[in-house]
Amino acid sequence: MPEYKRPSSLKPMITSYCPGCMHALATRLVADVIGELDQVDNAINVVSVGCSALNLYTWSGDVIGAAHGRAPAVATGLKRCLPDRLVFTYQGDGDLAAIGLAEIMSAANRGENFTVIFANNQTYGMTGGQMAPTTLIGQKTTTTIYGRDPQTTGYPLQMCELISVLKAPVFVARYALNSPKGVADAKKGIKKAFELQMAGKGFTFVELLTNCPTNWGMAPLKTLEYMNTNTIPYFKPGIYKDEEGEVK
Amino acid sequence: MITINSLMCKGCGYCIQFCPKHILEMGKQRSQKGFFYPMNIDADKCTSCAVCALMCPEGAIEVTLAKGSN
Amino acid sequence: MEKRFMKGCEAIAEAAVRGGCRFFAGYPITPQNEIPEYLSWRLPEVGGAFVQGESEVASINMVYGASASGKRAMTSSSGPGISLKAEGISYLASAQLPAVIVNVSRGGPGLGSIQPAQSDYLQATKALGHGGFRAMVFAPATLQEAVDVVYDAWEYAERDRGPVLILMDGCLGAIMEEVTLPPMKEVNFNNTEDWCLARVNGREDSHMITPILPEPALEMLNKFKGMTYKGWELNDVKVEEYMTDDAEYVVVAYGIAARVAKEAVNTLRAEGVKIGLIRPITLYPFPKKSLDGLNYDRVKGIIDIEMTIPAQMRDDIELQVKDRCSVYEYGRSGGMLLDDEGVLGAIRDIIKEGE
Repeated sequence: MPEYKRPSSLKPMITSYCPGCMHALATRLVADVIGELDQVDNAINVVSVGCSALNLYTWSGDVIGAAHGRAPAVATGLKRCLPDRLVFTYQGDGDLAAIGLAEIMSAANRGENFTVIFANNQTYGMTGGQMAPTTLIGQKTTTTIYGRDPQTTGYPLQMCELISVLKAPVFVARYALNSPKGVADAKKGIKKAFELQMAGKGFTFVELLTNCPTNWGMAPLKTLEYMNTNTIPYFKPGIYKDEEGEVK
Repeated sequence: MITINSLMCKGCGYCIQFCPKHILEMGKQRSQKGFFYPMNIDADKCTSCAVCALMCPEGAIEVTLAKGSN
Repeated sequence: MEKRFMKGCEAIAEAAVRGGCRFFAGYPITPQNEIPEYLSWRLPEVGGAFVQGESEVASINMVYGASASGKRAMTSSSGPGISLKAEGISYLASAQLPAVIVNVSRGGPGLGSIQPAQSDYLQATKALGHGGFRAMVFAPATLQEAVDVVYDAWEYAERDRGPVLILMDGCLGAIMEEVTLPPMKEVNFNNTEDWCLARVNGREDSHMITPILPEPALEMLNKFKGMTYKGWELNDVKVEEYMTDDAEYVVVAYGIAARVAKEAVNTLRAEGVKIGLIRPITLYPFPKKSLDGLNYDRVKGIIDIEMTIPAQMRDDIELQVKDRCSVYEYGRSGGMLLDDEGVLGAIRDIIKEGE
């Protein structure tokens, strides 16, 4: 039976996230793992634009804000110059899968030795709930008011599937944060990704399925069920690539 | 035993939803930030399983092993 | 000091390494390809890192990340690529990260042509990116000057915490000249300057580098930067004034155009024409005093010669001349080069018509 303390990578202050937002949960998970790995002083958080940028204000460790979608490029520059630091990007789905698609695919393909934490909530939260590249078919957003129509907007991008076909990445996995099991698994996945990076193994990618109570227009508890019936069937959790097996 | 920091809580209710012992309940008082926040209604039943802390987005719940009234 | 016969782009690259550059990210674009090509093998030799970015945008953002590590970082490109880098340059300015950016410019607008031109003056001096910031812009006219400017560029970038631009053109990038290479700089990367992410070098506290600020802090930053730019005008202007003491006509030209213009000035002087040259070495800060301080009872005309049409520096010149004499312009554009005959003929025509 575990003890649990609020991780020291987070400032002792309330986050700017909406009530029930799993961005906060995802950030806290990352902070938990960094604490468990004793990397609080060694980690650099590269945050991107969107709600993920709110991390800038609550992260107590080293943190750098990147331009929209460019976090993998910024992390590339950082990690090449500081190979001993634990570098990770924290990006949302609009950031990573739309405007930053070139940066993420290229960094993954180069096998850059950093970790990407990808929070996928299928909408642009910060700007008010527009259609994201990951928005589900039929999902209503402020730019798809009748629901996303694949005839004109294509299909939701599945990033784990895309990245796992590349040769260089060593660990690619997706977890859903709407249940204790999903969260516990996600924590293990993040830990494994960081351990692989610390062992110099290469590019690691952890996708976290999250929610957006505000822009989905649902109470936080309702989003949990919505994720089970809508998000998870399309974005299937699982380990998509694991080249290294157990980290030694 | 758990400690809920009401200053951090935004009242999402995930901890209440997933508590295996069903001993968390939304309180009637508002926090300084204006949110209702959960209370442990039967601290003796708490096994310190930490599921509430695991699910708390804000890191507002801390868990210690010592048993006792909350 | 080491003398070498070098191609422009390679001379700049070597000067950068000697000036302490330990990170380069760039994307292929003519006519600057020799810079990344040279640094791809040269940087690893000195323990630095080279990354060929997937795009111009990614490259400048890699520089942003590298700069945050405290290492000296650089990128280079040409006009169309600098446009793409505008985002990252603006973020560098906002996050107050030092970096050196080289523009070996070519014909424009658009994809333009791959031949040399000076078509990016306005972009360099007025609008390197959104949001209203300035960067120091150096415009060397010889390879030796380019080497010296690049060698010291990080001193300015780190002093004032922001991007510094070296504006060249395809001619300077491609010509070969003898250069004296300065010695390898001892750069202390163990600095604890506050643009570095902390704990890089034994610092205890953590650090936030951010391109976004709360409104009052952002206004304060902008006010502070405004003062910094004023300071440049007082202290950092570099200009060559050539035979202007008794000149009745003054040619204003920078970079490669100034070399052609100087030839014309020499030829005309030999014929007894009282003509001189003002050559801005810093385009921003612009050498206002050199132009404002001319004796306009004597000076009959200012001739702006640039390898671009229409002339772009003319606005800055006219702001200083204040209608005290006529301002003329001559140029070539689109990758068509200035030549001695053209410039000489144009100046002769201008003087003739002026009289």
